[in-house]
Amino acid sequence: MSGDHVSSVISARVRRVEDLLEGRGLLDAGEIDRRIDEFAAGGSPANGARVVARAWVDPGFASRLLADANTALGELGLSMSGGLQEQRLKVVANSAAEHHVVVCTLCSCYPIALLGPSPSWYKSEAYRSRVVRDPRGVLREFGVELPAETQISVWDASAESRYMVLPRRPEGTGALSEAELAGLVTRKGLIGTALV
Amino acid sequence: MTTRTDRFAPGDRVRTRSADPAGHTRLPGYARGAVGVVVEPAGAHPLADDRARGVVGPARAVYHVRFAATDLFGAGDHTVTVELWEDYLSPVEEQP
Repeated sequence: MSGDHVSSVISARVRRVEDLLEGRGLLDAGEIDRRIDEFAAGGSPANGARVVARAWVDPGFASRLLADANTALGELGLSMSGGLQEQRLKVVANSAAEHHVVVCTLCSCYPIALLGPSPSWYKSEAYRSRVVRDPRGVLREFGVELPAETQISVWDASAESRYMVLPRRPEGTGALSEAELAGLVTRKGLIGTALV
Repeated sequence: MTTRTDRFAPGDRVRTRSADPAGHTRLPGYARGAVGVVVEPAGAHPLADDRARGVVGPARAVYHVRFAATDLFGAGDHTVTVELWEDYLSPVEEQP
C-alpha cells in the first residue's frame, strides 16, 4: 500500500517515470506540477468554514447541505469539481449524541477544495491506522475529551466520496455575525479532530 | 453486468468479501469478511480494482456501509462507515 508518502525511493521512481513520459512526448515538462496547482487552487479551510457558518445561521441551508452537499455548495459559489470529475461530498453533522471523525485509511483522500491541503498528521500511518480502532483515544491526544455517552462515528474515505464534518455551534455565539462564526472554525474541526 | 444503485437499501445488512485480492482494492483489510448495515447509496463509479489494472469497466454502485467496531476489531463502542463498491458486498439474510 501507499504507506507514508515521504519516501525517497518512491520519489526517485516517480521522477524516473516522469522523465520517461516527457522523453516520449506524452507529458510536457512541469505538466504534473501545473495540474496539481490547478487542483489545489482556491482550496482552503476558509471555504469549509464558510459552509459551516452558513449552516449554523440558516437551518434550511443546513438541511440541504446534509441531504445533498454538492448542490448546497453551489449556494455559496463553491463546488467539488476542481479535479478530473466532480467528487461527491457527504457532510456529517455533530450533535450531543454523535461525534464524527474523518480518515482515509488507504491513502489520504480528503476534500481539498473545502479544507485546503491536508495536514501531515492526516496522511500519517499512525493516524490512519489508529483512528478507526481507537477514535476516543486518538481524539484525546488531540485534546478532545468527549462524554462517554457521545457515540463516535468514523468515516473512511475508501472510494469516491469525500467527507466533511459539520461541528456543533459553540455556546455563547448567538451575537456573532456569519463571518465571525466562520472565523471560529478550524481545519481540525472540519475533519473531526477538534470540536470546532 | 447491470448496475442498479438500489440493489441495497438503507438498513440492509451486508457481508463484505473475505478474499485478499492479489492487486489493488478499496476494501480495507480491517473490513473484510464483516457484516455491516447500508447507510445510503453513494453513486456509481468504475471499480477501482479494475482501473488499477488498466481495465475500464462500467460504473458500479457504491454504498456507505456502517460497521460496529466490535464486529471489526472485537472491541470498541464506536462505528466505522466505509465506502464500498457493490462488488465487495453480498446480502445477509435476516434470521427468523
